[in-house]
Amino acid sequence: MTLTPKTAPKPKVAVYKFSSCDGCQLSLLNLEDELLDLASAVDIAYFLEATRTVKPGPYDIGIVEGSVTTPHEAERIKEVRAECKFLISLGTCATAGGIQALRNFSKASDLADRVYAHPEYLHYLDNATAISEHVPVDLEIWGCPVNKQLVLEALSALLQNRKPNLPQYPVCMECKRNGTVCVVVAQGTPCLGPVVQAGCGALCPANGRGCYGCFGPNTFGNYSSLVPTLVGLERFPGETALLLRNFSGYAPAFRKAAEAALKASSEKESRS
Amino acid sequence: MKTIEVPALARVEGEGGLYIGIQDGKAVEIRLDIYEPPRFFEGFLVDRYLQEVPDITARICGICPVAYQMSSILALESALGIQVDGQGYALRRLLYCGEYIESHALHIYLLQAPDLLGAPSALDLAAVAPDVVKNALRMKKVGNDLLKAIGGRSVHPVNACVGGWYRWPDAAPLQALLPELEWALEAARETARWSLTLPYPELEIDYEFVAIHHPQEYGLMHGEVWSSRGSKLPVQEYETRYIEEHVKHSNALHSHTKEGGHYIVGPLARLNLNHEQLMPEARKALKAARIKLPITNPYKSLIARAIELVHFYEEAIALIKAYRPAGPAHATLELKPGEGCGMSEAPRGLLYHRYKIDGNGRVQFAKITPPTAQNLPRIEEDLAALAPQLVKMEQEQATLTAEHLVRSYDPCISCATHFLKLKIENKD
Repeated sequence: MTLTPKTAPKPKVAVYKFSSCDGCQLSLLNLEDELLDLASAVDIAYFLEATRTVKPGPYDIGIVEGSVTTPHEAERIKEVRAECKFLISLGTCATAGGIQALRNFSKASDLADRVYAHPEYLHYLDNATAISEHVPVDLEIWGCPVNKQLVLEALSALLQNRKPNLPQYPVCMECKRNGTVCVVVAQGTPCLGPVVQAGCGALCPANGRGCYGCFGPNTFGNYSSLVPTLVGLERFPGETALLLRNFSGYAPAFRKAAEAALKASSEKESRS
Repeated sequence: MKTIEVPALARVEGEGGLYIGIQDGKAVEIRLDIYEPPRFFEGFLVDRYLQEVPDITARICGICPVAYQMSSILALESALGIQVDGQGYALRRLLYCGEYIESHALHIYLLQAPDLLGAPSALDLAAVAPDVVKNALRMKKVGNDLLKAIGGRSVHPVNACVGGWYRWPDAAPLQALLPELEWALEAARETARWSLTLPYPELEIDYEFVAIHHPQEYGLMHGEVWSSRGSKLPVQEYETRYIEEHVKHSNALHSHTKEGGHYIVGPLARLNLNHEQLMPEARKALKAARIKLPITNPYKSLIARAIELVHFYEEAIALIKAYRPAGPAHATLELKPGEGCGMSEAPRGLLYHRYKIDGNGRVQFAKITPPTAQNLPRIEEDLAALAPQLVKMEQEQATLTAEHLVRSYDPCISCATHFLKLKIENKD
């Protein structure tokens, strides 16, 4: 895709919010050192968290935060897709359903009954889903929250007509690079590092705790090895499934692994 | 019939809608519609392990994740009968300083100031006053750097846990922030002076202010729930006076006192109730401002945020200088069935959590009362009080003035449960 021939006007960028916590959009505003340069390199045409100014589409780059959780959002995402040439899903809500998708493991109406006095006032879909389940997406940036430097890299790459250089290796690589001793091997702490995409800098192991999967499944995951290992380390039955059913829990690889973990965990219980 | 419509209210966290119907100069109908989809946190928290709760509740809000982590941690610690004090507690306050700094600097300069300076955004402001915006971003950045030094990252930091901390953060990266914090403290003093010169719309409200009060420190986590009407309650009795209700036009719950009155939480409430507990430089800044307390103009919450910003840079500097980690970073948890509540002051106001847990540390019940749910009915009432002024204004100005009022509350709509559609209908 050619976005920036030298004579062309600045590419128009739109930032949209679906069901989310705002943390991934905030990562754009948290680019304190680069924000003003970024704002001068592109035309921020729609970004409600930052500005009242709304310039009409179509837009060159659309950035979507959040997952699809209501009938209205399921319609709106189609409109967003239609007005954006290049569409980016920003953050794990947009790429896998995120925290909202924890409802997908229960009956949503049961949850509504539990939380609201008048669930009949609410409009929602039974499942919270990723943007790519509704419309074609051109680039996914994972993270709960995203790493702002990776967002900057993706936008810079688009402006330079090159492929973004996003990490394609497991969190374990980051631990090795940081010199962090493996928390599974040394402490017996359950950690999803081997099956999770790098990008955060392996923050949790650096703080003495296991990875809980913010950046989603990588393509190398050897679940038939990891699941039994983690189930063997469980401090209580079902711990591994809970670890997998977190912010990236509705990503297909983690969904499948969580079911295997639940089965392995109950087999372990019945043996003991 | 006159109608004013803007497609969406900008520079707030989350999405909602606003409808104002005016007849004979009076607001006959005001609704702040929350379209932010319901997210069911209190539902899917059930059955999670207690140590997962702070990580999950952090995801309620990307701007104030620390508040959600702290209120849930305090509630769960109370259920287990433990209390973290000493360095562990001081570090919690330091983490919170980071959140106040990034959230307040963001709100003052990027979200509210454009209203007062007649710009659609801080990015537009940067074109005419680049130094103001560059300084603002620098002030905000040191807050994010502080969060990162303690919790690994600024949004959804990973180090806080039930019982204390996963790991004591290294002292060197914290100390390395001191020169930047000293610069920011001076910049905050200047912000406080500048905040007094801004053209705030006129509106005075007889508020009931509600905030956490502690005699020895600026109320954040420990202490009682104080009301300017005289009520003083321990956290365990919060729900006896402050009641949440589900109203039809909103996916957020609305709060009121048991007497039925609406109250305000956030910077105005804190400053008005707790100004004697401010750090020395913040008290000096307040004294130099010569403003009469209580401040009762909602737009002037920017001034309260500016004074608080001085306080939190100052407190951060003091806490870093005193940082001496020793012993285990967290307590060993002895699981038992129990119930506990906890509260803390998010930058936008009081945040209350209550949980029931079983003997395996699994959550059986969760209740979360966010600050914006408490402020929503108050915002509606303020808009009614503003209506006679709105009627006399040109449409564009009326729209801006009403939007500005909502923004001055720094509402976190994702917290309270998207599109803030503003429609002012003149029924005359």
